Amino acid sequence: MTSEPVLLPAPRRHLWEWLDGWKIGTLTIAGLVLAPIIAVLYLAFTPSDNIWPHLASTVLPGYITTTLTLMIGVGVGTVSIGVGAAWIVTMCRFPGRRLFEWGMLLPMAMPAYIIAYVYTDILEYAGPVQAMLRDMFGWGGKQDYWFPEIRSVGGAIAMMTLVLYPYVYLLSRAAFLEQSVAMFEASRSLGRGPWRSFFTVALPLARPGIVVGVSLVLMETLNDFGTVDFFAVNTFSLGIFDVWMNMNNVSGAAQLATVMLLFVAFLVFLERNARRKRRYHNTSSKYQALPGFQLVGVRGWLATAGCLIPVLLGFVLPTVVLLVYARQHYDQALTVEILQYAANSIKLSVLAGIVAVVIAIVMAYSVRIKGSRMLLFASRIAAMGYAIPGAVLAVGVMIVLGNLDNGVDAFARRNFGISTGLMFSGTIAAVTFGYLVRFLALSLGTVEASLGKITASMDGASRSLGRGAFATMRHVHLPMIRGGVLTAVLLVFVDCMKELPMTTILRPFNFQTLATFVHQYASDEQLGDAALAALSIVGVGVLPVIVLSLTIAKSRPGQSPGQTQGR
Amino acid sequence: MQGLHLVGVRHSYDSTKVLDTISLTVPAGELVCLLGPSGCGKTTLLRIAAGMERLQAGRVTIDERAVAEPGLQLPPEDRQVGYMFQDYALFPHLTVFENVAFGLFRQDKAVARKRAMAMLEQVGMTSHADKHPHMLSGGQQQRVALARVLAPEPRVVLLDEPFSGLDSNMRARIREQTLSVLKHTNVATLMVTHDTEEAMFMADRIKVMGENGRILQSGSPEDIYYKPVDEYVARLFGPINVIDGVVSGGALESSFGSIAAAGMEDGAPVRILMRPEGLILANGDGETGGALVDVVSAHLLGDNSLVRIRLRSGVHKGVEFEARIVGAFDPTEKRKIRARVDPRHVFRYPRN
Repeated sequence: MTSEPVLLPAPRRHLWEWLDGWKIGTLTIAGLVLAPIIAVLYLAFTPSDNIWPHLASTVLPGYITTTLTLMIGVGVGTVSIGVGAAWIVTMCRFPGRRLFEWGMLLPMAMPAYIIAYVYTDILEYAGPVQAMLRDMFGWGGKQDYWFPEIRSVGGAIAMMTLVLYPYVYLLSRAAFLEQSVAMFEASRSLGRGPWRSFFTVALPLARPGIVVGVSLVLMETLNDFGTVDFFAVNTFSLGIFDVWMNMNNVSGAAQLATVMLLFVAFLVFLERNARRKRRYHNTSSKYQALPGFQLVGVRGWLATAGCLIPVLLGFVLPTVVLLVYARQHYDQALTVEILQYAANSIKLSVLAGIVAVVIAIVMAYSVRIKGSRMLLFASRIAAMGYAIPGAVLAVGVMIVLGNLDNGVDAFARRNFGISTGLMFSGTIAAVTFGYLVRFLALSLGTVEASLGKITASMDGASRSLGRGAFATMRHVHLPMIRGGVLTAVLLVFVDCMKELPMTTILRPFNFQTLATFVHQYASDEQLGDAALAALSIVGVGVLPVIVLSLTIAKSRPGQSPGQTQGR
Repeated sequence: MQGLHLVGVRHSYDSTKVLDTISLTVPAGELVCLLGPSGCGKTTLLRIAAGMERLQAGRVTIDERAVAEPGLQLPPEDRQVGYMFQDYALFPHLTVFENVAFGLFRQDKAVARKRAMAMLEQVGMTSHADKHPHMLSGGQQQRVALARVLAPEPRVVLLDEPFSGLDSNMRARIREQTLSVLKHTNVATLMVTHDTEEAMFMADRIKVMGENGRILQSGSPEDIYYKPVDEYVARLFGPINVIDGVVSGGALESSFGSIAAAGMEDGAPVRILMRPEGLILANGDGETGGALVDVVSAHLLGDNSLVRIRLRSGVHKGVEFEARIVGAFDPTEKRKIRARVDPRHVFRYPRN
């Protein structure tokens, strides 16, 4: 019955399949992302001018203690505010709850360095608060009273806590919604009180989510340069800058960066581990009605106040101060230069946003169609950059591009007798490269998530109807993930607008962005002139908060979270 | 021969073997149905035929041209195979018309338009051409999916549980329509399902696949129903009555009388299977054949009833059996009931 079939010559295979651009592209990108990190490690272990013993015996212990103090402080602070707010907002009814659901996210729009400038301005000796206190109590000078020093480790902890707690809030809220609520009710029906149920059931169940949030917060803490620079708090980030810029020692900077990478590795481990558990713990994806304990009278208003204070301090107050300053210094603030800086910022950020999303689409799609473990691993590698502090990446990018420049230059001299000089170092390309390495995870995660919602049968349907892999991506996937693509561009764009440490190091000579300009002016105690620029950064930062709020609104109980198509 | 051939196809995921040396032929104009439990690798076989799953061993040919064999793996877009998914996989961002015209991109616009509209006409969906898939009912989506699959005139059509998403009222109608459209196009169709009734209705030939990833029996719907090769195939059609015994004198003694076990040696352990519809109940006063039984329970299921009976005497005294009869059965009516067996519904297999 099944006679041996006659074999006709195999038809021509597509060129792309033979070349397999998908595979090559994905591996190349992963390699490029990895290059700066490898460069740092390489240089750290083969220093030309070894100052390691010197570093280890002098500044290193200080960097380590300060960084650890900062991390512990910010960790404790963000967990208290983030988990607390998430729990009340999820479980209770009180005045303003609906607003707080997304309002708690607002401080995310505020870069730590900007809030630091504002509070320093208000709280320092010459600032309005201390002046008012002196007037009220008739104190003469500094010796007459004690006032906390804002430019300190404690100050830095406060600033970063205020703007970073939304990460913990977001992830613990999701965790509470996903599982803790149902289990909490089971626990209460078994006779445990609300507080005991919270600590013995709800909190442990939400722990993986909380840990992921805290790891992200601590990665941001490590990354921070603006705040610690302004407060002169000697963390690793600052140390790397110091050794590199002031001591002019690249190997030393690479060595410090390597120690810093140990911290990062620990955080990544923490995060990955927790994410795995999170997946494991999630038995039910069904959203259910929230219990909604009515908090009445004083208790209700206490809840409102508890949620309001972080939002007030982390967003409203600094924004108002900046608004006032921007009005006062309007003439000095709105200059041709500032418009130029804004244009620079936008140009760079749009460029990075678009390139990042294109890369993300190529990577996510090749993992999807090839389904190979090697590509999956490569895409994980490419998404590692978000954990690497800007200062470390900046050093790595400089080393890579510097070597590239030297190589090209030597080649040109040998073969054509001309010197090409620095083609990449200190260019917009260098800054963009840095941005891409650090923020690729944002676009990759967003694109992967949107692609993941498209069933595999869509691919199959298109392919069996005669469209190739590329045409399928163009006609099926891209139109379906349009929203995700835009979100991905937006997220990268916003983070690039706020970015400070890499921009500071990698930018071309005399090239200012809004962020570097604000930092420079604020450091010179001229916050008024930079207020408008600072305000623009905050304004841009509000965009992703809106996106997140919409997501939250969509994932409200009663609405299924996975629905993408309008129904 | 025109159509789809699979020769010696084997497939494993990691160390789990899901397809074990499958060979089958679907001639043009025929509908072959792969019938088996969920998770037995049926869908994998379809995906291999379509090129969505990489062939591991064996060969796939379409119209006498190899599309997959060792060293060759033609991508799905070069196979001219229509694949209808269980979830229909209509593109949500395209209208019904655009969905049907999706595979016609190589043709001239006007020609493609005409063809797509003709296909929509054939499945009775012309009036919905400008709607988006999410505005359609399940049955309508199914018809659009069928039109989309057939529009580019594929050489082979693969259907993956095409009616499982429909409610039972609609299913019969859509099934009939689908069959008529497919017969009309004279294409080679391979369909997989776990629903015996569906397979019986649609198929020219049925291939029964077991959990071991092998084809257990191949034949017409009548063959599968009346001549199941083993207990597994016989049980596909629902619960079945079992009598275990030992052959003696070329037959097995039962309360229903002697059941022939031709070709089996005396003393060999034998298992007799009787379909519930093979037990015929009759008013015991009038007839003498069969065995006297008590009725334990009776459930009306619509056009038929399931009646549980207990034998009153003989070797199987006290044993309960299930009978399916046409229409209602009134258990309150006190009367003598006799049960006899319809030999066409009795199967015998060596017991081990």
